[in-house]
Amino acid sequence: MQLINPQDIQNRIDQLTGQDLFIHLELTTGAYANHLDSTRHPASAFISNAGIRYTHGSISGTGPYRVGLKTEQGWVYAEGLTHVDETETERLIMAGHDSQGKLVVALQLSRDKFE
Amino acid sequence: MKPKQAGHQRILVVLPHPDDESFVASGTLAKYIEGGAIVTFACLTLGEMGRNMGIPPFANRVTLPAIRKLELEASCKAIGIQDLRMLGFHDKMIEFEDKELLDAQIMALVKELNPSLVITFYPGFSVHPDHDATGAAVIRTIGKLPSAERPLVYCSAFASNHEQMIGKADVTIDVTAFLDRKMASIQAHRSQFQAAELVGNRELSDEEIRMRFGTEQFWTYRFDNSHE
Repeated sequence: MQLINPQDIQNRIDQLTGQDLFIHLELTTGAYANHLDSTRHPASAFISNAGIRYTHGSISGTGPYRVGLKTEQGWVYAEGLTHVDETETERLIMAGHDSQGKLVVALQLSRDKFE
Repeated sequence: MKPKQAGHQRILVVLPHPDDESFVASGTLAKYIEGGAIVTFACLTLGEMGRNMGIPPFANRVTLPAIRKLELEASCKAIGIQDLRMLGFHDKMIEFEDKELLDAQIMALVKELNPSLVITFYPGFSVHPDHDATGAAVIRTIGKLPSAERPLVYCSAFASNHEQMIGKADVTIDVTAFLDRKMASIQAHRSQFQAAELVGNRELSDEEIRMRFGTEQFWTYRFDNSHE
């Protein structure tokens, strides 16, 4: 994984605009959040392999970054993105890692279903 | 004690995530394996929804399952586990799985292997929902067997309130003689072990390793036999 270069991400978001895609969107504090610190509220959600087509999308912020994707019917939003898989050419695989290196958010787009 | 429980020649470990085996039972398993035991580890998921991606991160949601699979194989090799079964359930979803499907797979392993000892998580006292659901499935499954046919079940527990609720562990195993294998098992999980709450990314001293990892504790599950 490489740190996000927003211009590169913008180009890749543009390349995927208007296509039928699969999305994986996830946000998590982790299953141990409350065990390690009882004041923390454990919360996680993910949606895997939902179909999506966006009319336009963009990356914003100075890092960690935000991404918004506008669809025909609504929006997809993710905040806290820090890293991208630089080896992926067709898919856009982004993640946000906290100060301990743990994943807190993931936003992934692909023309093919995720395994 | 039943005669078949004396030696433990055949042990079944049922845990949901790659690295659970390292922290729960790697020293105990290495010890039994040295004594001639054959160990089967049924790992329910590949930990593919885990948050640790290495420091700095070298994995992501897409690459994690294959990476965790290789790490799991390396960990089992370090411990000496002869038989690894990856059951292919989805990480984080064990509590939502079809219970009949889950229990049937565990029962098939118990029938096939006829273990004298089964190691799992103590349901309700193991923090992660997958841990609790895995332990519950094992207890449900083995509870269906007539009491004379049940293997001994050792459970691991670490919830904050566990000692108040279930008392102190009745089984404490000194694994200091097997710490090299235990640490090799932990470090085989390259994407995970550097996490602050696990080992952290600095070298631990021998004394720290002995203090933190030198014993493994279990609660022997007491099945309710009142209906028999």
